[in-house]
Formats: sequence, structure tokens, C-alpha cells
Amino acid sequence: MKILVVDDFSTMRRIIKNLLADLGFKNIQEADDGQTALPKLVGGDFDFLITDWNMPGMTGIDLLRAVRANPELAGLPVLMVTAEAKREQIIEAAQAGVNGYIIKPFTAQTLKEKIEKIFERIDG
Amino acid sequence: MTRSSPVDANRLRQAKALAQALERDDHVEADRLLDELAEARDALLFQELGRLTRQLHEAMTGFSLDSRLAELAERDIPDAKERLNYVVTMTEQAANTTLNAIDEILPVTDKLSGEASELADQWTRFLQREMPFDEFKSMSQHLGDHFVTTRDGLGLIQGKLNEVLMAQGFQDITGQIIKRVILLVQDVELNMVELIRIAGKRAPLAVSTAGEEPHDFVPGPVVPGVDDRQGDTVASQDDVDDLLSSLGF
Repeated sequence: MKILVVDDFSTMRRIIKNLLADLGFKNIQEADDGQTALPKLVGGDFDFLITDWNMPGMTGIDLLRAVRANPELAGLPVLMVTAEAKREQIIEAAQAGVNGYIIKPFTAQTLKEKIEKIFERIDG
Repeated sequence: MTRSSPVDANRLRQAKALAQALERDDHVEADRLLDELAEARDALLFQELGRLTRQLHEAMTGFSLDSRLAELAERDIPDAKERLNYVVTMTEQAANTTLNAIDEILPVTDKLSGEASELADQWTRFLQREMPFDEFKSMSQHLGDHFVTTRDGLGLIQGKLNEVLMAQGFQDITGQIIKRVILLVQDVELNMVELIRIAGKRAPLAVSTAGEEPHDFVPGPVVPGVDDRQGDTVASQDDVDDLLSSLGF
């Protein structure tokens, strides 16, 4: 499975990458905002997108909308991992078609659960 | 000052009249003229004082119109202090988590490396056929024990390393909070410069735009006691899950 991790903080990208590796996912690429992520996703044959919300350039919510609006990417599972914790934002992300929402700081267990849940639903 | 100014012409006229009055010993007229001259001086003084007062008043009104200044002083600066306190707490927690993990890992690695070097020595003697059978039996027992200790110890180390890894998440959160406080400091700086400009040159107050939210503004990390006062934020991952499941997720 090929995964793209998008966050403007390299420490957070490394954390998520390590956790994913621990869960057995080894094919992981990184981007630091929506603008750099989108060209990678198009034609990149990714199976899963994990993105932050608040990033300079293009935010995670705009990236999510761009993904859903692109016929090639529309079905890509997207997990949002963000410090944004306003109810209206979570609702906004849900309406934009997010598959999972994790608020920072999070635990390794939470990440594992949400990823499993997303793929259970897709496979089921 | 020119000689032709009406005020000066009047004063000159009064001064000449005063001199004439004194020359003819008319003290009543001289006193009257002196009073008249003093009054003119006082009137000028009051006029100037009035002008300064009006300027001060206008400057003060200008300030109170700029609600951003009041907002900065009353809300944003105390909030920034709370945010920075939260940064201190988060970094302290991360440092403690990391140091605690190291405290737990070190005795395990010490034990494992001690056992390994002991067994390595014995193994060398065994390979050199210098080991009696009884000692070989005891070494076999130790080897078996060592494998179990190693397996358990590495499991513990792996878990602790995971804790250290997760603890580094503080950098993202505190980074976001500090960036916001830097923006606030810049805002205060701009407003202070404006204050000095008005006080110095009596220029009209420019519209402060620094406090306005940029187009892509997002609220950022929730700082307890600051951002959760409105009750419009979630407090935990469970809250997020509940909210999403209420939306049919």
C-alpha cells in the first residue's frame, strides 16, 4: 500500500511515518502542504492520504476538496490528522468527504484504530 | 513676527499710550493700560492652551476608535501569556516522557549487554574446548535465559521508543502556538509604531489591518483555558468520534 503523508512540520511527518512503519506500511511518501501534495497524488497511484489541516500554501481541507473534485482521485481514502478541534471544522471536513479525523496530540493506538476502521469500511 | 501684525500694532499703540500716561504722571491711566496689556497676553496663552487641549482630545478619541488596541491589551496579551504557559507545559511533558523512557531503557540495556559479554566469554572458551561438561550445562541454561530476557527487554525498549517518538509531537503543536504569538507581537509592534506616529506628528490614525484574520485563517491548536471558553471545541478524540458518528460516520 502506497501512502502520502502531508504535514508542514517535518517532526510530525516523521512521527506518522514511523508509526505507519510500525504498523507494517513501508511505502510512504511525504509532502509539506497541499500544493506539493496534489501533483504527487495525480498519477502517483497512492492508496491512502494522511493530511494535516493548517498548512501554508494549500490547507488540508482545500487538498481534500481538490482530491474529491478530481475524478482520478475522488475515491482515495483520506485521514485528517490535525490540531484543529472546532466542532464546525470537524463537520466541515466530514461534509468535504473525509474518511477519518484524528486530533493532535494523538496516540499510536488511535492512528492504528482509525486506519483499520477506514479500510474495514472500504473492504466491507 | 512682523511689525505689521495687528496684535503688535495694537501693543505698540498701548505701549506708546502707557509711556505718555507715565510722562504726564497719570497713574490711573497707566495702571489701566498695564492691565490691558496683561489681559492680551493671557488671552493668547489661553488660546494656545485651548488648541493643545483640543489636539490631545482628538488624539485620545482617535485611539479609542481603534478598538484593536483595546482588544490587544484586554484579551490578546493575557491570552498569549496562557498560550506560552501551555507551550512550557507541553515541552516539559515531552521532556519528562523522554527522560522517563530513557530511565527505563538504560537498566535493560545494561543488563542485556552484561549478560551478552559474559556469555560471549564462555562461548569462546567452549569453542576453544576449554570448558568442562558441567560448566557447559550451566552455560546452556544461561543462554536459554538470556534469549528470554533479550526478547522481553527488546519488547520493552520498542514500547519505550514508541513513547519517545509520540512525545515529539509537541514540536508541531507548540510550533503552531508560538507562530501565532509571534503574529500577535508583530501586531502590537505595528500598533505601538502607530501610537508613536500619532503622538509625534498628530497625523490622522491609519486603519489598523494587522488584527484582521487572513483569508485562509484556521483556529489552530486548542489551548486549554483560552480556546475552549466558547464551548465550540472538542476536548478529546472520543468527542470527535461521537460527533462524526452523529453525522452518520
